[in-house]
Amino acid sequence: MAVPQQSSTGAGLHPERLYGWGMTSPSVAEVADPTALDQLSELVTGAGPRGVIARGLGRSYGDPAQNGGGRVVRTTSLNKILNIDIERGVVTAQAGVSLHQLMSTMLPLGWFVPVTPGTRYVTVGGAIGADIHGKNHHSAGSFTQHVLSMDLLGADGQIRALTPDGTPELFWATAGGMGLTGIVTQATIAFKKVETARIKADIWRAPDLDGVMAELAATDDKYPYTVAWIDCLSTGKNLGRSVLTCGDFAKLDELPAKVRREPRKFAPLSLGTVPPVPVNGLLNKMTGRVFNEMWFRKAPLRKEGVIQGVGAFFHPLDGIMEWNRVYGPAGFLQWQFVVPFGAEDTLRQIVERISAHGAPAALTVLKRFGAGNSGYLSFPTRGWTLALDFPTNTPGLATLLDGLDEKVLEAGGRLYLAKDSRMRPELLAEMYPRLEAFRKLRAEIDPHQVFMSDQARRLHL
Amino acid sequence: MKDSLGAAQSLLVLGGSSDIAMATARKMAALRTKRIYLAGRTSRQLEDNAAELRQLGATVEVVPFDAAATDDHEKVLSQVFGAGDVDVVLMAFGVLGDQAEDEKDPVRAAAVAHVNYTGAVSSGIVVAQALKKQGHGALVVLSSVAAERARKANFIYGSSKAGLDAFAQGLGDSLVGTGVHVMVVRPGFVDTKMTKGMEKAPLSTTPEAVADAILAGLRRGSHTVWAPGAFRYVMSGLRHVPRPIFRKLPM
Ligand SMILES: Cc1cc2nc3c(=O)[nH]c(=O)nc-3n(C[C@H](O)[C@H](O)[C@H](O)COP(=O)(O)OP(=O)(O)OC[C@H]3O[C@@H](n4cnc5c(N)ncnc54)[C@H](O)[C@@H]3O)c2cc1C
Ligand SMILES: NC(=O)c1ccc[n+]([C@@H]2O[C@H](COP(=O)([O-])OP(=O)(O)OC[C@H]3O[C@@H](n4cnc5c(N)ncnc54)[C@H](OP(=O)(O)O)[C@@H]3O)[C@@H](O)[C@H]2O)c1
Repeated sequence: MAVPQQSSTGAGLHPERLYGWGMTSPSVAEVADPTALDQLSELVTGAGPRGVIARGLGRSYGDPAQNGGGRVVRTTSLNKILNIDIERGVVTAQAGVSLHQLMSTMLPLGWFVPVTPGTRYVTVGGAIGADIHGKNHHSAGSFTQHVLSMDLLGADGQIRALTPDGTPELFWATAGGMGLTGIVTQATIAFKKVETARIKADIWRAPDLDGVMAELAATDDKYPYTVAWIDCLSTGKNLGRSVLTCGDFAKLDELPAKVRREPRKFAPLSLGTVPPVPVNGLLNKMTGRVFNEMWFRKAPLRKEGVIQGVGAFFHPLDGIMEWNRVYGPAGFLQWQFVVPFGAEDTLRQIVERISAHGAPAALTVLKRFGAGNSGYLSFPTRGWTLALDFPTNTPGLATLLDGLDEKVLEAGGRLYLAKDSRMRPELLAEMYPRLEAFRKLRAEIDPHQVFMSDQARRLHL
Repeated sequence: MKDSLGAAQSLLVLGGSSDIAMATARKMAALRTKRIYLAGRTSRQLEDNAAELRQLGATVEVVPFDAAATDDHEKVLSQVFGAGDVDVVLMAFGVLGDQAEDEKDPVRAAAVAHVNYTGAVSSGIVVAQALKKQGHGALVVLSSVAAERARKANFIYGSSKAGLDAFAQGLGDSLVGTGVHVMVVRPGFVDTKMTKGMEKAPLSTTPEAVADAILAGLRRGSHTVWAPGAFRYVMSGLRHVPRPIFRKLPM
């Protein structure tokens, strides 16, 4: 009788078809959902020739958290918050703990995650693996800069404690290392002190691209959190018209009386903020235009001191679960780049080309990054970052994006691995000068490439 | 890996000198496909195809492969898969035979069936196993509209393609849930060296057009592709024409 392949630990290896948030390029792997550390280490040492990769909540857009024909270890059942130091705001959490969980636990205690991306549904492991950034990158850097220490399970099945000072190489190779240095099992993170769980935001419009760039440049010092949503479908003099949303956590005395009674209540719901996504039916150039128009008109010309919940300010899309399905079965991709300050012409040309192509890029976000960190493959570097979504069935998209990649590279910029699903592998080494060093380190610590993902195969990471 | 826009990075052609395969490989190499294996019987054409694809920036390896030599398939093909993932396998070998001659010569008739059907079964099984181990990949099988209904004018070829077509469909169904995608392509009359000197049939098409249909099918994840697409409707009509009438049709 055939015995089904099972890990002796009972972590329940089973075949599963996995893809990223964009729902493109799936592959089938043996997936396990371990609930204890000893299972985790067996899953790694017992991995076959096609290796193993960690997966969190699968919020990266492309293929970094999948491993066709190999193993995938989903960490979401390793979701315990292990220790909270309320005085210092330092939290130790297992890798599968989500930022949502951390916010619900810590906001009532007066602490907020140091960095949050545009969705709360990412894990601590995924936040480190992609070294994620948020609206406060210019003031606070990226996620791993707030990680005081982490435990990393290596190819040998051993767990090592990593700190930025004690083990800088492995620590910074893991930050943004897309799971290829091992599996982070837990991390100790320094939180940000907040008086309330509300944001005091200023919201205003900019008429065009030059306008929004000037406004953003002028707000760097004024607000810890800034972002602009820009309309990449409008043309002519409206090209790049934008809505800026900037703010900080409100002080207690800035809250209206009725909110002041429960100032630190976590308000995840973001009802009232309609993101520019058509919820019914497919997104195309027409509906994209209409929604961009609505989003733009809905924004006030200028409104100051708007009090918003965490959900509304940071995660408007989380209000619509599974919004990725609006793009239909063909799926979609996100393209995000950064170019250095001074490359404003490049940014302008890119927006012009996208607008001229008429690609229905509805969710376009522009932001300024502060200085980068020591992460070998960490994405943020000082400059402008633009992120756009495209349905994959947009005609001519492959050629359009290949051309834009070249422009980004020429300007000394790079693409974000957590979003990439299609770049030309040859460009990567030019965009990430430390890629060679990363590969060398990986060859030393994991000579048999136990840690492997579809993305690593695709891009020869 | 296939990327989010459906472009493959690696391609294995079984029958590397085929004109339809070459038209497809050319288009793929121009995008992301930079590792190509041309498996086929040694010939000038095979080497020329390899050289041309190298010109397009691909790394090309020529692999000696005879569809009729089924004993060697496992050994030859596992070497290819051993060297790295293959995203797309294009099964393009095939012989048309010469119906009039083959009807008189059982050995020749059987040879057509052997290459087109037995050779495909054998290599198809090897490819399916290898793709399954990867957890992703596509097998594209060049069947024919002739598979849909055997005509008196070329029923030896037609029946071998019918067998191939049924095999590929069954294989595809058996691989659901493994990450492997099998796509059956049914071209009509294509202007290639196989049909050289023959009178063009209605709805005839070019290798380039078939290549486009293949690439679109791969992007969409189609199970069946007709080239040109109109054949889907033509054949769905012809399929139900009663035999006494079908027999008399001038085809
Ligand atoms: C709506 C939306 C908005 C977003 N906004 C932003 C944004 O503003 N800024 C930003 O930076 N990103 C943003 N992202 C991307 C997202 O933050 C990252 O892709 C993040 O890595 C997702 O975390 P995850 O837990 O889902 O990880 P997954 O997608 O499952 O995995 C991502 C990578 O991390 C690795 N990984 C996961 N767990 C571990 C572990 N325990 N140890 C080691 N490696 C591990 C994986 O192997 C993989 O390479 C956004 C995504 C969405 C869907
Ligand atoms: N052309 C059409 O009208 C048409 C229509 C429908 C379907 N098809 C099918 O499409 C496929 C490609 O055909 P094509 O039009 O591109 O014609 P082609 O250029 O003649 O290609 C067929 C190839 O098969 C190869 N081949 C034959 N026997 C082989 C063997 N034993 N081992 C390995 N390779 C062998 C041939 O190469 P060598 O002889 O050099 O080995 C030839 O290059 C075939 O399966 C064909 O049946 C063609």
